[in-house]
Amino acid sequence: MSVIKKIIPSRSGIPLRGALVIAIAAAGMSAGAVQAQTLNIVSWGGAYSDSQLKAYHEPWEKKSGDTIINIDKSSNALSGLRAQVQAGNVTWDLVDMLPSDALIACSEGLIEPLDADTLFAPAPDGTPASEDFIEGSLSECFVPQIVYSNIVAFNTEMFPEDKQPDSIDDVFNLEEFPGKRALQKKPINNLEWALVADGVAPEDVYATLDTDEGIERAFAKLDTIKDSVIWWEEGAQPPQLLADKEVAFASAYNGRIFNAEVNEKQPFSIVWDAQVFELDGWVVPTGKLDKVKDYLMFATDTQRLADQAKYISYGPARTSSASLVSTHADTGIDMKPHMPTYGPNFETAIPKDDEFWADNLDELSQRFNAWLAR
Amino acid sequence: MSDSSVPATSGPEGLTTADGVPLKQSLNRAVRRSRLKALLLVAPLLIFIGLAFVMPIFDMLSRSVDNPEVSTYLPRTSESLTHWDGEGLPDEAAYAALAQDLEAGLKARNLGRVASRLNYEMSGMRSLFTKSARKAGRMEPPFKEALIKADKDWQDPDIWRLIKRESGLYTASYYLAAIDRQFSPTGEIVEKPEYLQIHVVLFIRTFWMSAVITGLALLLAYPVAWLLATLPAGRGNLLMILVLLPFWTSLLVRTTTWIAILQQQGVLNDMLVGVGLIAEEARIQMIYNKTGTIIAMTHILLPFMILPLYSVMKTIPPSYMHAARSLGAGPVTAFRRVYFPQTLPGIGAGSILVFILSIGYYITPALVGGQSGRFITNFIAYHMQTSLNWGLAAAIGSILLVVVILFYLVYNRLIGVDKVKLG
Repeated sequence: MSVIKKIIPSRSGIPLRGALVIAIAAAGMSAGAVQAQTLNIVSWGGAYSDSQLKAYHEPWEKKSGDTIINIDKSSNALSGLRAQVQAGNVTWDLVDMLPSDALIACSEGLIEPLDADTLFAPAPDGTPASEDFIEGSLSECFVPQIVYSNIVAFNTEMFPEDKQPDSIDDVFNLEEFPGKRALQKKPINNLEWALVADGVAPEDVYATLDTDEGIERAFAKLDTIKDSVIWWEEGAQPPQLLADKEVAFASAYNGRIFNAEVNEKQPFSIVWDAQVFELDGWVVPTGKLDKVKDYLMFATDTQRLADQAKYISYGPARTSSASLVSTHADTGIDMKPHMPTYGPNFETAIPKDDEFWADNLDELSQRFNAWLAR
Repeated sequence: MSDSSVPATSGPEGLTTADGVPLKQSLNRAVRRSRLKALLLVAPLLIFIGLAFVMPIFDMLSRSVDNPEVSTYLPRTSESLTHWDGEGLPDEAAYAALAQDLEAGLKARNLGRVASRLNYEMSGMRSLFTKSARKAGRMEPPFKEALIKADKDWQDPDIWRLIKRESGLYTASYYLAAIDRQFSPTGEIVEKPEYLQIHVVLFIRTFWMSAVITGLALLLAYPVAWLLATLPAGRGNLLMILVLLPFWTSLLVRTTTWIAILQQQGVLNDMLVGVGLIAEEARIQMIYNKTGTIIAMTHILLPFMILPLYSVMKTIPPSYMHAARSLGAGPVTAFRRVYFPQTLPGIGAGSILVFILSIGYYITPALVGGQSGRFITNFIAYHMQTSLNWGLAAAIGSILLVVVILFYLVYNRLIGVDKVKLG
């Protein structure tokens, strides 16, 4: 249902009147305090936006009196930003974006450069922010919040108890593991997994993809399951398809599967083989830095990043947050084994190669679409 | 404005009004005034059409050939390449100009635009530009060596030819991409490799499926419209409501209802399995493919066929058919030679309406079309939202516009648009 673009206001924890009262009170307490404002924040929707709502938005609304409107547009954030900048009317104040999109937006001047040490709080032990985020994760215009992972999950009820899938090869094995597969409708991740299932070692995946034979090989492997694939476009679809038993396997963001498993008690399980992991974080549209400065400082501090991991199984992008990650806020289960960076889960992990995809996405998408249409 | 046709010479020459103005002049003035009034009344509409219709189309047409990136963001390079004949590698001046442009572009943060633009034409250009730009600030002459040291791709003449070719203010690249063609490194127009060809297939599929949908809608609508036109008023109105009710229902509701009916675990498959027509394992795939698009769109567009047909059939007196029968024509002959020709304006109106509407359909194919049932419109949306290649989206849109106009002209030639009757 990707065509139905929803703009859903966040389930604001504070009713408008409450926000006003707090704003007035706050203004009274400290003369000349910044007036309460409305922040339009763009994110991915679903369980992910919920975790941001609880970890960042609600505490911030309580603290500042601001109202935060959550817009579920991150899947088209780059086109939205470009259109708003070209039209000269930028309505988004803060955007949740993938680092690869952020690179492009930054080089096109659509978003603000962010200086880590003046904009983000240092760690509790005093380590400056620029040294506290995971190495190499901060880029000129991008500040990461989480490490998330693209994984394949399955519905445990679709297979006999003594024969549950446990590797990416099983996704491509229609004979032993029958049923439909839901995969994301883009070449990213699918080509990587096809190669791994075809015998390429996870660390050689991008070197192989960089050759024509490698690409041929990946598409040939995908050919073997093409007729059994349902292609999804929105992150909320794969858990739904799995729950309906329309598919046996689904590729998904690991946090969505965790959410369905833990909060909705679905019989899902993740195949922690060849996960493709990357970061996700904030960018600030050009000209909006002053407006969101305070919020950004608040939402990138050590405690807040650790808080988000109470609601969804994504690893915080600050080193100092990692030790604060404990248990799930509602069910109290230990979050660590559900994190993509947890030892056993991480053994065959593939870091998504942003540079490879920045160069080849145009052509490989076209090839992928042509392959799909055939 | 029929008074403008009043012949100004109708009065005898030399007549004047009471205040001495010649009658002709006075009349002209009156006519002009009423024209102005009429114009003022339609002015809001004209302005609206201009703003909401003509300008966007003009904008789309210009965007499909617009090519400002290379000449704007690599000004020195494109200037110095004008003297290059495209043989071998350009001279040191061009390399020096490039190094300057890269450094300036990195500082102004607009290098990404030209990198994206060139990456459409050749994969790998984006990283070539960003990587080289980061080093450009520290480069020392000779720049040719320095750039090639930064990335050996700079000794590939094809890259320089690409930059030279795309440094014009206008480009045909987007139109070529829209019909699965591209420039070869030497500048000839060649087909893209087969594994990258997609748009032509989709254009043909869109037109072909729209024709099928139009034909199906006509087949289904004709008897219904006839029934509507010939039933007594009371029952006719009841039937009319059955036609109008779905017509007024939201497009999205109707489309998603078809999903519920047609999917593998859906109503229709359940019924077929229930009565034992098909086995549990052999549920039919009726949606997320061409079949789904054709079924859902025929249903959605059916009222656009029924209503024009009905309005035409309503005006055909039943006595004509009776007369034909009484003069000895069989029912088939009477229908073919008397009734059917009189319904042609309705058929024409319905068909052109359904065909043009279905070419532009977007939501329904996106929801129920799966892979094989998607239209070219879905790719316009894809290039707008996902691949961000707005020039290509504009080129595809322009081609679609021209084709629709062509269909309209051919249609006008065959049937005559003045005969079209919409009720």
